[in-house]
Amino acid sequence: MTAKLKMSQSDAACAEGSICINNLNVYYGDRHALKNININLPTRSITAIIGPSGCGKTTLLKCFNRLIDSVDDITVTGQVLVDGDDIFAPEAEVTDIRKRMGLLSQRPYPLPMSIYENVAFGPKLHGVKEKSKLNEIVEHYLKEASLWDEVKDRLNTPASRLSIGQQQRLCLARGLAVEPDIILGDEPTSALDPISSHHIEQKFLELKKEYTIVVVTHILRQARRIADYLIFMYMGEIVEHGPAKEILENPKEKRTQEYVKGIIS
Amino acid sequence: MSSQGRILKDKIAHKVMLAFVWLTIILLLVIALGLFIKAWPLFKTVSISDLLFSTTWVPYEGKFGMLSFIISTFWVTGVATVIAVPLCLLCAIYLSEYANKKVIAWVSPLIDILAGIPSVIFGIWGVIVIVPFVRDILAPMFGVSSTGYSILAGGIVLSIMVFPIVIYVLLEVFKTVPEDLRNAALSLGANKWIMIRKVLLRKAGPGIISAIVLGFSRALGETLAVLMVVGNVVDLPSNPLEAGYPLPAMIANNYGELLSIPMYDSALMLCALVLFVIVVFFNIIARIILRRIEKKIS
Repeated sequence: MTAKLKMSQSDAACAEGSICINNLNVYYGDRHALKNININLPTRSITAIIGPSGCGKTTLLKCFNRLIDSVDDITVTGQVLVDGDDIFAPEAEVTDIRKRMGLLSQRPYPLPMSIYENVAFGPKLHGVKEKSKLNEIVEHYLKEASLWDEVKDRLNTPASRLSIGQQQRLCLARGLAVEPDIILGDEPTSALDPISSHHIEQKFLELKKEYTIVVVTHILRQARRIADYLIFMYMGEIVEHGPAKEILENPKEKRTQEYVKGIIS
Repeated sequence: MSSQGRILKDKIAHKVMLAFVWLTIILLLVIALGLFIKAWPLFKTVSISDLLFSTTWVPYEGKFGMLSFIISTFWVTGVATVIAVPLCLLCAIYLSEYANKKVIAWVSPLIDILAGIPSVIFGIWGVIVIVPFVRDILAPMFGVSSTGYSILAGGIVLSIMVFPIVIYVLLEVFKTVPEDLRNAALSLGANKWIMIRKVLLRKAGPGIISAIVLGFSRALGETLAVLMVVGNVVDLPSNPLEAGYPLPAMIANNYGELLSIPMYDSALMLCALVLFVIVVFFNIIARIILRRIEKKIS
């Protein structure tokens, strides 16, 4: 009874574009990788998940778009509500869930096709067929990712010929082209040079006006630069979460203090 | 002192390994050269076009037209490839993308066993099962009467023999496609089948071709099992339900017999040389195609 009450409360708090997590537990075989995660992520802002390697940051992120499904021997219990829908519910359609999120991974992985085809891949899957409409979409999102001017004359060349920084922006354009509400980044700048990293960070700061952005990062300075909200994880648990400024300047928990000061990393 | 000893050992190891690499390359040349020298006397008496493009094989009249054997070789290999490639691709895709660890742990030893079965057993099995199957079921389906000993039977047996090799190479190829690339396609809302078709197969394209070439090369040279089911009739086959006589089977059946016939051993050596050249040529073409595709992708 009380559980039901709790659920409806969190449902109410879950506005469009938000992610609400209730009692989420993830096991890799016997290993308890995420322990009792309960948190609501704020919309239209950047949430950074920080913590030492192996603390469960990426696992948590993979729960949001259910890429966790493809891991062998995985058990997930609890709820993740996106726009109020439980994405782990049996009737949830995994391709619909993923359509609501763009993903940037650690290294850019352009699909083995042309620049144009990379951006058009998602829209085509979701039913856009007219060439003129696709052209429009490709141009719009390449501009959105600040890549258009660099590639407009060679849209039909393989995406793998781009520099790694350009590739990551292409992946951003590709992700945005499915018109998601949420952007997920899994250490999206870790393979990039400082200038390209800066590019992506700036882009995130612009995009947060329209999107809910969740970034996993192990770079504390990056979290400081871009995050509005911070989640600090340690050994599969959320130790502390709150507005970024508060956590960085005034952490309450000892482990957070140690991490922020660089004693543990 | 001891550090000098270690450096010396390192140098020796390096040189020994290099020597073996050279030995392998030289071996290839020595084989080709040996076959060529043995076949040489034939070139003096019969023209090359008569040898390669005639179907008249009457050794005691000195007529050594080997076209039927060459065509049979391509037929059997072609049939085997047409059967094996789609099956292997689907199996490998299933094992790499859909199967869970338990299924893989259960299936891969079985594939190992299949790879280790001696070819004579495949041959006997072909005679007992495949030949009657072709004679009683497949041939009547097409309204043809066949003894069952046919190119089709050879192709079926051969396709099963190359199956484990091709699957193994394909699985290795799919392993080289990064998990995050799959995830990238999935995260855009692709379902698994679309991801496989548009991303996995495209990315793995060059590797898939390598796997097929490897299977093909193996199939071209397979002798014993094919010999047992293919019929061994010297005639130009016009369809897979007819008997054929591929080069390896012909060489194996006749070498050591009737060598009193003049030029007969030279003719057999030439057959071997032709087979050798076909395999080498085929590999070279495959390599050229491969390089083009790789260039296109990256």
